[in-house]
Amino acid sequence: MKLLIKSGRVVDPVNKIDEKLDVLIVDGKIAELASNIDAGDAEVINAAGLIVTPGLIDMHVHLRDPGLEYKEDIVSGTRAAAAGGVTSVVCMPNTSPVNDNLAITRYITSKAKEEGSANVFPVGCITKGLKGEVLAEMGELKEGGCVGFSDDGLPVKDGEMMRRALEYANTFDAPIISHAEDLTLVAGGCMNEGPVSTELGLKGIPWAAEDAMTARDIMLAELTGAHLHVAHVSTRGSVELVRQAKTRGVRVTCEATPHHFMLTDEAVRNYDTNFKMNPPLRSADDVAAVRAGLADGTIDAIATDHAPHHIDEKNVEFAIAMNGVVGLETLLPLTLQLVGEKVLTLEQAIALVTCRPAGVLGLERGTLSVGAVADIALVNPNKEWTVDAQQLQSKSKNTSFDGQKMKGYAVRTLLAGQTVFER
Amino acid sequence: MNFQHKHILGIEHLSAEELTFILDTADSFKEINTRDIKKVPTLRGKTIVNLFFEASTRTRTSFEVAGKRLSADTINISASGSSVVKGETLEDTAKNIEAMHPDIIVMRHNASGACRYLAERLDCSVVNAGDGMHEHPSQALLDAFTIRQHKGKIAGLTVAIVGDITHSRVVRSNIYCLSRLGAKVRLAGPGTMLPPGIEKLGCEVHRNLEDAIRDADVVMMLRIQRERQGAPLIPSVREYSRYFGLNEDKLKLAKKDAIVMHPGPINRGVELSTAVADGPQNVILDQVENGVAVRMALLYLVAGGEQLQND
Ligand SMILES: [Zn+2]
Repeated sequence: MKLLIKSGRVVDPVNKIDEKLDVLIVDGKIAELASNIDAGDAEVINAAGLIVTPGLIDMHVHLRDPGLEYKEDIVSGTRAAAAGGVTSVVCMPNTSPVNDNLAITRYITSKAKEEGSANVFPVGCITKGLKGEVLAEMGELKEGGCVGFSDDGLPVKDGEMMRRALEYANTFDAPIISHAEDLTLVAGGCMNEGPVSTELGLKGIPWAAEDAMTARDIMLAELTGAHLHVAHVSTRGSVELVRQAKTRGVRVTCEATPHHFMLTDEAVRNYDTNFKMNPPLRSADDVAAVRAGLADGTIDAIATDHAPHHIDEKNVEFAIAMNGVVGLETLLPLTLQLVGEKVLTLEQAIALVTCRPAGVLGLERGTLSVGAVADIALVNPNKEWTVDAQQLQSKSKNTSFDGQKMKGYAVRTLLAGQTVFER
Repeated sequence: MNFQHKHILGIEHLSAEELTFILDTADSFKEINTRDIKKVPTLRGKTIVNLFFEASTRTRTSFEVAGKRLSADTINISASGSSVVKGETLEDTAKNIEAMHPDIIVMRHNASGACRYLAERLDCSVVNAGDGMHEHPSQALLDAFTIRQHKGKIAGLTVAIVGDITHSRVVRSNIYCLSRLGAKVRLAGPGTMLPPGIEKLGCEVHRNLEDAIRDADVVMMLRIQRERQGAPLIPSVREYSRYFGLNEDKLKLAKKDAIVMHPGPINRGVELSTAVADGPQNVILDQVENGVAVRMALLYLVAGGEQLQND
């Protein structure tokens, strides 16, 4: 099986490549990158005018499978991924039952292999049942394919439990992914605390709820020498805490979501529950800080926190609506928008959704090096289109960007050399 | 003036001109309430549903009386507030009521934004009778009406509002209403009950009651929820009342002819001493009386008042 991608602009940040090249794929792997490759019998894809990048990696996705398939499942979720140019999905363990044992991990990985349109790398629970009481069997879960551990959706409240989790996960070279939130400060809040929450009469969540827990977790990473990854940073303070910790040499990484660098809490003014998520949309000052963190490298990855919810869970009063929005199919254009707005270079932007999250989790993905698996996105960076929630591949339509104009999308997505999406 | 609003969801959406128009309309209805036969045929054949998800005898009764005096058919429905527990959603409840073809739904709900939610989904008019911590427009209008009645104007007055600002929908509506009509609004309350950015709505924030009420023309005291006691917000009702309760001594700081208002029901001895609550400066029962006239005006206007007048 030979496939030749001709005349595209190849962007592969790992190898500092950004030039017009041909890419030859043989048996699902990258065989050669050069100008004007002549491979007589290969199937040829004309990529003139397109950007050829490693397939995107979204390191924070809720696939909802097993148990919550009415929101999403591995088939629909990975189809949404492929449509967004995403070839690797890292899925969170708050399914039903939760992914705290080998049987669930194997169910996820095997279903993904058989029926999925993207690679699926599961994250296992930190604690059994996400209860914060007993550590999950991380060694066995890692062997089964888990690439990190998180009680995402919930913080690990108990300080000693978090400390032991970091120490224990470090034994198996796996990061702990922290959903950093001090629930005693959240205290029933449902949006960012500030002038907008005051005006709307909605209970606010102060930035300090995120910063306080981020600070604790960074100190515990420093204490233990283990790798902490902070999920979805959304405040000026938590970006700054990570920045300072990195300067001190603490093994800390973090991610930010497109909604946290594109939207502020002003978007909540209509009580539209498609702008309700956790962490909540913050102030313009926080958005600026997240963007600065992406630009100076403090933030290691752009991840969507793709959180599908059924219409019945969103079509309710704001205070009781479920948290979260879908994101896989808008990740690429929103990331490219930061290039358009001169926040990032194209190389930085691509790195944040390919090799850098791969580096955080130790995935052998996110590059077009010779010998690498041929997970590739062919991107038309200039194509203007409008998000139509009803047209999303995801089972759930809870996007914050319905009706919004986007620029750029994947026209074709390859998984190990096989086309899994084409438009 | 042509009143264009189909719904009354909050004061936020009303201009000074519209607010004055509502108050003027209420003036003409006030007279009806003093007649022997307190009923006009204005809304005959119209159906008004009072849909209350929170208990509120006062507001519900006031809306009911207002509807009846306009000859509308009024129906009271009390429902249990929304919860995360699965069951009938607010939309389901509302659609069921709409199937009976009401002309106006007057709703009280514990979730901020609930009235807007309803208005976006139904064809009939929606009047907000209090949504969560968001707005309580009819209360603000009856307060403004009462102030105008006693002071002859609103522009140029200083109005102090004291108490639990964070949890009060009355405050938000009053800030919009009074500041748009030209009054200066001052707030005071313990730090735990002053939400961030409230000054952006158009008011001054003071740390103590004394500064807020000094030389004020109007002192509006809010009801303190006893259940907030012991929660992190206030240590005790006793201490709250010492610093943020109004007694005769403190009232002397306000203008001599200042009026004292309260949205009710009063906690005697907490936010108001009995002497003040029963004193000559209080206009609390006027507020209740005016509530009916103001609500008549609101129901009349959302039902297309102008047209009716021309018929
Ligand atoms: Zn999370």
